[in-house]
Amino acid sequence: MSGTGTEATGQLPAWPPGERPAVRLTGASKSFGSVVALRDASIDIHAGEAHALVGENGAGKSTLIKILAGAHRPDSGTLEIDGHPVEFSGTAAAKAAGIAVIYQEPTLFPDLTVAENIFIGRQPRTRFGLIDRARMNREASVLFDRLGVPLAPDRPARGLSIADQQVVEIAKAISLDARVLIMDEPTAALSGVEVDRLFAVTRSLRDDGAAVLFISHRFDEVEALCDRVTVMRDGARVSTDRLADVTIDQIVRRMVGRELGALFPKEDVDAGDVILKVDGLSREGAYRDVSFDVRAGEIVALAGLVGAGRSEVVQGIFGVDPRDSGSVQVDGQTLPPANPRAAMRAGVALVPEDRRQQGLLLDLSIIRNATLARRHRLSTLGFLIGGSERREAEEWTGRLQTRYGRLGDPAATLSGGNQQKVVLAKWLATGPKVLIVDEPTRGIDIGTKAEVHRLLSSLAADGVAIVMVSSELPEVLGMADRILVMREGRLSGELSRADATEESVMFLATGREAA
Amino acid sequence: MSVEAGRQGRDGLHLSRFATWDVAIIVVTVVFLIFAVTSVQHFGTSQNATFLVLELAPILLLALPMTLIIVTGEIDLSVASTVGLTSSAMGVMWNSGVPLETIMPLCVVIGAVLGAVNGFFVTALGLPSLAVTIGTLALYRGLAFVLLGDTAVADFPRSHSSWTIGTIGETPIPNVLVPMIVLAGLFAAVLHAMPVGRAIFASGSNRVAAAFAGIPVAKLKFWLYVTSGAVAGLVGVFWTLRFSSARADNAHGLELTVVAAVLLGGVSIFGGKGTLPGVLAGVVLLSSLQNALRLANVSSEALTVVTGSLLIISVLAPNILGRVRGVLRRRLRRTHVPAPNP
Amino acid sequence: MTVLARERDSEGGATSSTGSTLLDTVLRFRALGLLVVLAALVAVTAAVNPRFLSGSSIRDILLAASITLLLATGMTVVVLTRGIDLSVGSVLGLSAFCTAWLLSENPGVSIPVAMLVGLGIGAVCGLFNGSVVHFGRVPPLVATLGTLYVFRGVVYFVAGGSRINASDMPAGFLDFGSARVLGVPYLILISLVVLALVAVFLSRYRAGRDMYALGSSPEAAELAGIPAGRRKLTAYVLCGALAGLGGVLYAARYGTVDASAGYAMELDIVAAVVVGGVAIFGGSGSVLGAALGAFLLTVISNALPVLNIDQFWQRAIVGALIVGAIAVDRLVALRVAESLRKKGSHVG
Repeated sequence: MSGTGTEATGQLPAWPPGERPAVRLTGASKSFGSVVALRDASIDIHAGEAHALVGENGAGKSTLIKILAGAHRPDSGTLEIDGHPVEFSGTAAAKAAGIAVIYQEPTLFPDLTVAENIFIGRQPRTRFGLIDRARMNREASVLFDRLGVPLAPDRPARGLSIADQQVVEIAKAISLDARVLIMDEPTAALSGVEVDRLFAVTRSLRDDGAAVLFISHRFDEVEALCDRVTVMRDGARVSTDRLADVTIDQIVRRMVGRELGALFPKEDVDAGDVILKVDGLSREGAYRDVSFDVRAGEIVALAGLVGAGRSEVVQGIFGVDPRDSGSVQVDGQTLPPANPRAAMRAGVALVPEDRRQQGLLLDLSIIRNATLARRHRLSTLGFLIGGSERREAEEWTGRLQTRYGRLGDPAATLSGGNQQKVVLAKWLATGPKVLIVDEPTRGIDIGTKAEVHRLLSSLAADGVAIVMVSSELPEVLGMADRILVMREGRLSGELSRADATEESVMFLATGREAA
Repeated sequence: MSVEAGRQGRDGLHLSRFATWDVAIIVVTVVFLIFAVTSVQHFGTSQNATFLVLELAPILLLALPMTLIIVTGEIDLSVASTVGLTSSAMGVMWNSGVPLETIMPLCVVIGAVLGAVNGFFVTALGLPSLAVTIGTLALYRGLAFVLLGDTAVADFPRSHSSWTIGTIGETPIPNVLVPMIVLAGLFAAVLHAMPVGRAIFASGSNRVAAAFAGIPVAKLKFWLYVTSGAVAGLVGVFWTLRFSSARADNAHGLELTVVAAVLLGGVSIFGGKGTLPGVLAGVVLLSSLQNALRLANVSSEALTVVTGSLLIISVLAPNILGRVRGVLRRRLRRTHVPAPNP
Repeated sequence: MTVLARERDSEGGATSSTGSTLLDTVLRFRALGLLVVLAALVAVTAAVNPRFLSGSSIRDILLAASITLLLATGMTVVVLTRGIDLSVGSVLGLSAFCTAWLLSENPGVSIPVAMLVGLGIGAVCGLFNGSVVHFGRVPPLVATLGTLYVFRGVVYFVAGGSRINASDMPAGFLDFGSARVLGVPYLILISLVVLALVAVFLSRYRAGRDMYALGSSPEAAELAGIPAGRRKLTAYVLCGALAGLGGVLYAARYGTVDASAGYAMELDIVAAVVVGGVAIFGGSGSVLGAALGAFLLTVISNALPVLNIDQFWQRAIVGALIVGAIAVDRLVALRVAESLRKKGSHVG
């Protein structure tokens, strides 16, 4: 995948085993409402070590990081810094203890300057207690030089690219002289050059005695940077090993907890007529000239890197976002742009990417959520009376085997997988001809994942045309009849089920040979 | 896919379900009314009851669309100024000889247009409704003064104003109670028993998710503002006829009482939560409290303190209750061993 | 499980981003635009009636502006943190009446002591607002809309319909209200000193920068460990204290104080701040902009009679300015965001 492969693997181990770890978390548990995010999780990171933390989405990595960062308090378990038990009252306390976190999504102050974002709360001061702007900007420049990025320290953070925002976050962590550096998928938005530079900086920090916790989904990066690896699954630690002692295959099996092949049961269906026809769809700054057809009974996957424009395309088709040009036809009937209601009437359903932000009304009941898209159909003479909503919600949550306390409970009380089932219920109840699912199994447990895949497969068998956006290659390879790959807003290629391999998809997604 | 649901049936009575804020406020209102009738002199008389209904009519009418707007997560602080401006307009039109039968529907239309202006700024430009309606609060009141200055138009025909303050036959039931009940029923049906009500709650609970469910959130809010303006126009007519006086400062400061009553009725200022029966109770409680205090010779200054305090308490109390409940729940959970996930 | 990684091609990766952005230019341009409007208004009014630029007329404007300026300074700090304080008019009234009453009962009280009393009354009111907002988690709008009425009720309660006349107050205090140094009234000097202090606080002190941070991104502020509660309380106390000080200036300037002092003033103050370019949702703006806004409003209200326009227009203009300013700001922000979106795209 990237060219950083070989140099670090020979440097094992950089940490002396048997010494006291810089950070040790033991037996940590954490629940949110009825959702158990962590159960008895443990990890230890030594000074001078780069430690990888891997696991599927929803395995509890983020929760564990937030506990180390002082953002969450564990329900139980102990945290030790240099062998001394500590309890963080907040992020400030963790920061004071020398723990710096680089989050997946940068959290900057858009109105403040880049330098101020780095030094907020500890800006260099003159003798009179005034902020020394010149010195602050100089120190920021030094940091950017060290990272090799020509960022102007006195520009506001608003309008920075994600990569540049990430650089600011990293500069902040470095400036904190952090003894423990936690990096939550820091490379996700970075280019190859930037990744190499980041790794060089990280290695030098590690060699200076910092403890680094590195979370990534890219195994080549894990191999290139890290000394040990901890695998998490379902909120608990599965194993911790030196990278030299395990193979990637073993790690993947531990993450998944079962053989890969058993997961994706898409049956072969004879494709019917073209149901969805997308022609020359463009939106400035998001995607350009996207055209494809989907037939009844087909599952077409939209693969590609995050940020390639896949979600934007399906949102443009459904009409929640405007589009600049191009047409969308369902059953030969052209959909007006930016009109989700027309799309719904034509039989299109979209299960969106971000369940909590786009899919659910978390404060409202399961009934309201499950029947929202059918509220007009369920009314009698314009009135929603006589329990029609409850019956409908009961039927569909039942069909999807959703687990809940009462139908009147807020959707927020459900676990991730069951929340996703409620969103699916909302859309399946509309009896769609075209079902678009965006990251349908993100952040849900393995069992539910398999159920969702079985469901999609049986819907296709019933003649529904399905478009599936997914970032998980095995899901794409296992479920799709055809795979459309997007790269930087354009369709870069199409692969049939027979031709598709991880390598061929990655090649089209990145535009270069996979490692 | 099997039809049997995998849900964990938890049966029995759920007290928490009935211990919501709006139910509590209804109970408090009933208790207060009983208390006031028995121990505040003159409160229980039929004249006072008639007076009380006339007194709370504008608050109640304005509270109906305000409830819907606040449930969508927005606010309209300009309602009282809209009442003032339509009242001024009514005076000006009457002075220039327009018949009352034309003026009254025109006032509702003027109100609707003023509401549409609010709606345009909030939905088309995406401006914060709080800032917009603070601006139009000043703007509409200012225009009211521009129209009528500090004079009053008072020579409205007796027939109309006496109907407005009159009662049905010999009963103490005011004429205006009938349209009030009809409108309240209509708004309650819209909010709680019709698809558009579901869309209103969805928009307030999560605007993005509502849009992803095909709800035209901006359009919905725009028409709510138009409705709010139209109702304010209607109240402008009512206010003018009731006091037989069109003045620029009519209903001055009433927006506070309306917002206070709505929040007191259990509507969340953050949107997505609330019931119309709760709001009706809030209106009755606030108005009868003010009425009782006045009967007990408490000064009108104290009344503003009471209204202002109730506004704060109506948001503060549920917050504090929620936090106490959260702490109790955590305590309870700690005594149980967490069950392994299925 | 190999998840498709997010990557960008290296060509778009190491973007060099240089200093001044479009947004910067727009913000600078905005203050300039305000100055132009102000100058044009003065020019037109002076053309109609040259006496508008006479010494006494300018002093009048400066005196009137001094109080608006003071309150707008405090309001700016609160608005920067994503709050609002609608109770400032009532706080001013409470402080004005209490100091006037104190001075009429005890003519020996010195001016600094009277100012401290006013500041103190305002600070207590501000502390109450801040506590309800922070500890009670009541939205600032609701909290201060409530205290607007509560504090006003308290003034009525204290005043009980009475009025304190200039003749009841010590002459020294009234002189202070109209005294000048080198032709410049004391009151405006006080306001300008406060303005300068707050400007330095906001731009050069850590706590001041925290105010911007809180309004710019509350989530980032939490992650950065900024003491949100303390900062918010500071903002509301400061805003209240300045409104209290404004009350003292009000009493000194007008001499006559009754319970309605500062009535409906919050609208002028909010208008000044918003017109001055402080974002209503916090994070950006400056007290200097707010000061310009305050001057513009004062000049407008003083220019109306000169231009033979009915005083009744005053309030309508304030309202139109509030709506107009936020609408213009939004349109500009949308335009900037749009151009950034198109510029930052790697498609086509």
